[in-house]
Amino acid sequence: MSSTRQPGAEIQGAVLVTGASGGIGAAVAVDLAATGRPVAVHYRSDAEGAEDVVARIQAGGGRAASFHADLGDPEAIVTLVEQVEGRLGTVLVLVNHAGRRADGLAAQLDDDQWDTVIQTNLSAAFRLTRRVLKPMLRARYGRIVNVASIVGPRANAGQANYAASKAGLVGMTRTVAVEVARRGVTVNAVAPGFVETGLTADLGDGAFVDGIPARRPGSVGEIAACIGFLASEEASYVTGTTLTVDGGLSA
Amino acid sequence: MPTQVNPQTAEKVITDGLIEVGAEPAEISREATFESLDVDSLDLVEIAQIVEDEFGVELIGDDVQNLKTVGDVIDMVVAKAS
Repeated sequence: MSSTRQPGAEIQGAVLVTGASGGIGAAVAVDLAATGRPVAVHYRSDAEGAEDVVARIQAGGGRAASFHADLGDPEAIVTLVEQVEGRLGTVLVLVNHAGRRADGLAAQLDDDQWDTVIQTNLSAAFRLTRRVLKPMLRARYGRIVNVASIVGPRANAGQANYAASKAGLVGMTRTVAVEVARRGVTVNAVAPGFVETGLTADLGDGAFVDGIPARRPGSVGEIAACIGFLASEEASYVTGTTLTVDGGLSA
Repeated sequence: MPTQVNPQTAEKVITDGLIEVGAEPAEISREATFESLDVDSLDLVEIAQIVEDEFGVELIGDDVQNLKTVGDVIDMVVAKAS
């Protein structure tokens, strides 16, 4: 840590974490509030969870507010960012965490299952990125962290839509990173392995865990810590990369 | 409220934007190319943002692909506003 300035003290601006009402997103929102920036806690369906995250941040002395949006709707994304800017300030840190699953063998996935997952996991991340990039370029500062998955580079039967969305995120991450690197804006991804969250509750453990060199699933905090690093001012020379956090599964 | 777009206000906002991204004021004219002003693609993105903030006119997609000179941008902004 060579930076001696108070984090967030000189470079103002807000944090936006999508899908922050629980799991990894909630942990990231709470962690990033400690940098001194106000945090926008986005949610789609769990208003109570989002309010709880806001309360935790405020109890710790931070600033936060919750924002509802269905990220499958492009108009809702525009409105979301406008509301965040109006209440908390320019978004200079964006964590694209919101993700959905709609599993099924490819031969049986319907269009709705395909489209919903691609829209939320990939298209929404792009639309949010496009919207916040210009203010970031003007500010000569920005951090975008996309939450990908080891399902993307690796196969997982029943998740063709999810894998495509996450592989797409990684490709987008690299490309946008090189476009904006010379303006102090970094774009990275984190690819978690098996993590104990609501999204994976139905996967069980047993066979999954036996295949992981660490012999256990990751915790939400272990993923949030990596996202927090990439979103920090100290990570200023890290861009276009994907940090795999999987207990050695893909080593 | 966005500023009213006319050729004069568009030229002023775009000229100010060019200066802000580092173009030499004396070299800015309607005929000057972005290449000659050493204004790159990311600088143009910033100028598009300045234009959008000022006039509420969004420059996006194919609009921006064929812009070569300062005059091209001024004309594009005026055309899109009308």
